[in-house]
Amino acid sequence: MNAMTPRRVALGVLAFGGLLVVVVVFALASGPSAVALGDVVSALRGEPVAAHVEDIVMRVRLPRVMLGVAVGAALAVAGVLFQALLRNPLADPFVLGVSGGAALGGMLVLSLGAGFGLGYAAVPPAAFAGALLATLLLYAVAGARGRLSPTQLLLTGVVFNAFASAAIVFLASMAGFTEGASLFLWLIGSLAVPRPEIIGWVFGFLGVGLLVAMLAARSLDLLTLGEESAAQLGVDVQRLQRVVLLATSVMVGAAVSAAGLIGFVGLIVPHLLRLVIGPDHRLLVPSAALAGAAFLVLCDTLARSLPGGRELPVGAVTAVAGGPFFLWLLRRAQGLGSRA
Amino acid sequence: MSDAVAPLLSLEDVHVTVGSAPILRGVSLALGPGEALALAGPNGAGKTTLLRAATGVAPLARGRVCLGGTPLDQLAPRARARCLAVVPQDIALVFPFTVAELVLMGRAPHLPRLGFETRDDVAAARAAMERVGVEHLADRSVLEISGGERQLVLFARALAQAAQVLLLDEPTAHLDLQHRLRLLDQVQQFVAAGGSALVVSHDLGLAARSCGRAALLAEGRLVAEGDPAEVFAPSRLREVFRVEAELLSTADGAPVIVARRPAVGDPDVPDPAIR
Repeated sequence: MNAMTPRRVALGVLAFGGLLVVVVVFALASGPSAVALGDVVSALRGEPVAAHVEDIVMRVRLPRVMLGVAVGAALAVAGVLFQALLRNPLADPFVLGVSGGAALGGMLVLSLGAGFGLGYAAVPPAAFAGALLATLLLYAVAGARGRLSPTQLLLTGVVFNAFASAAIVFLASMAGFTEGASLFLWLIGSLAVPRPEIIGWVFGFLGVGLLVAMLAARSLDLLTLGEESAAQLGVDVQRLQRVVLLATSVMVGAAVSAAGLIGFVGLIVPHLLRLVIGPDHRLLVPSAALAGAAFLVLCDTLARSLPGGRELPVGAVTAVAGGPFFLWLLRRAQGLGSRA
Repeated sequence: MSDAVAPLLSLEDVHVTVGSAPILRGVSLALGPGEALALAGPNGAGKTTLLRAATGVAPLARGRVCLGGTPLDQLAPRARARCLAVVPQDIALVFPFTVAELVLMGRAPHLPRLGFETRDDVAAARAAMERVGVEHLADRSVLEISGGERQLVLFARALAQAAQVLLLDEPTAHLDLQHRLRLLDQVQQFVAAGGSALVVSHDLGLAARSCGRAALLAEGRLVAEGDPAEVFAPSRLREVFRVEAELLSTADGAPVIVARRPAVGDPDVPDPAIR
């Protein structure tokens, strides 16, 4: 019988941390102009390399890769938390419409905020507020029983996403930023324009959310048994739900304000991890942060390494991977449902 | 129960209302150390609600529940879980925890807040699995075992919780004959070691054999409490369940309850001849 131990958690962190390091180095070396892996490592260690190599690695690619690390980690952990809170492996901030709420919050500040003297730095808190409101709306629809069937959950998310996208397009056209890039970013999700003024926010929000998730990990295991079972095993269920909902909103707000609507990371990463390391949150949460970061950086590397120097928004890559994956999960979940 | 020993679990004039419907209308009962009480009653009498009230999950409209003399609402959730363990009828599981992991969750109220299970916790969980006879399932996913196996595993989890009070909701519903006896035997051992058990069951005979006391709940009130042979007397079963039943006893004196037919002259039950 294997109980979860600090040693197992440390091993998991080492393994997935190692994977992340490898992926980051690979991502820094990849792109339209290839850089030797040795040069990447030298540049990272501050050793002298050719000036154009240092420019490419440290000034062009590194901010984008670091943003990918933070956003991927935040989305994957938020997925883990939503799945535990809603007791539904299909839950994901994008599918649930929570990312849409965050994007709407951010777009409100971008389009109307200038009138109140709010700059880009006000976007993350607004996105956090939008994510929180969308989550509360989801719970309000769920009603007093607090548990939506997978179908109700998905429909609520679909409807809310459609509403948020329409509102974002409306706000953007009212404010006059119809010229592609920024609107595109909000609707599809991209790491192409890392905004230095909010990178600090993003890592700060991620840190807070991750800390809460780690502290709540064992209680989340119990919560997956149902609210009554969790309460009978000593969990203060209401307090746990409130704290974890705040943490998910903080992380989704951070991710969306920096990179727009990137979908399915919170769905794919936790699910694959559970197959490999099991569902215990004490190991799952830190592993999801590291593996989510690696996954998104890898997807973004693919997005900017297309032949002919073309570039896709990373949200298109995760959606192409995530759509079929989601359908497969849905089919599997229905199979389980009919057997129970 | 002697008056000198404080009850481990007591319900005092407990009222529970769901929506506008009163489900429990003033239930009082007390369980001391070494006592097992079988609780029976028709469907919808409020048995499960009584268990939920006793664990603090169902809010009380009136009355109070005490654990070891302390009102439930004055106990922190973890302290409560160290005193009282529940074996639910079933739970809907979503994630593929192993059986061993689920049993280990019974140790959660004993861990430090950010803690990991120690060797002692693992030993307690393993001992609980062996007592219930599910150790061969330890590494199986809880999503893949049968309903009866799941019920045994939940019982093992409750034993691992090492609480003094055990509440069981239809614990034998999914079990075969052998495992019924084994589970009730474990309940008796638990009680013999000084614990209290409240067993909700439709199997009156089994409940009567394994519990020293019995109670009948009907329409949110306790209508009888005491020696099982008296509580499950045919006249009372006729009144509460509207059946004609016989109380027999086996060669070794164990009670057997046989329901023969719907009570005659009961306007609610159609004549079998015209059905």
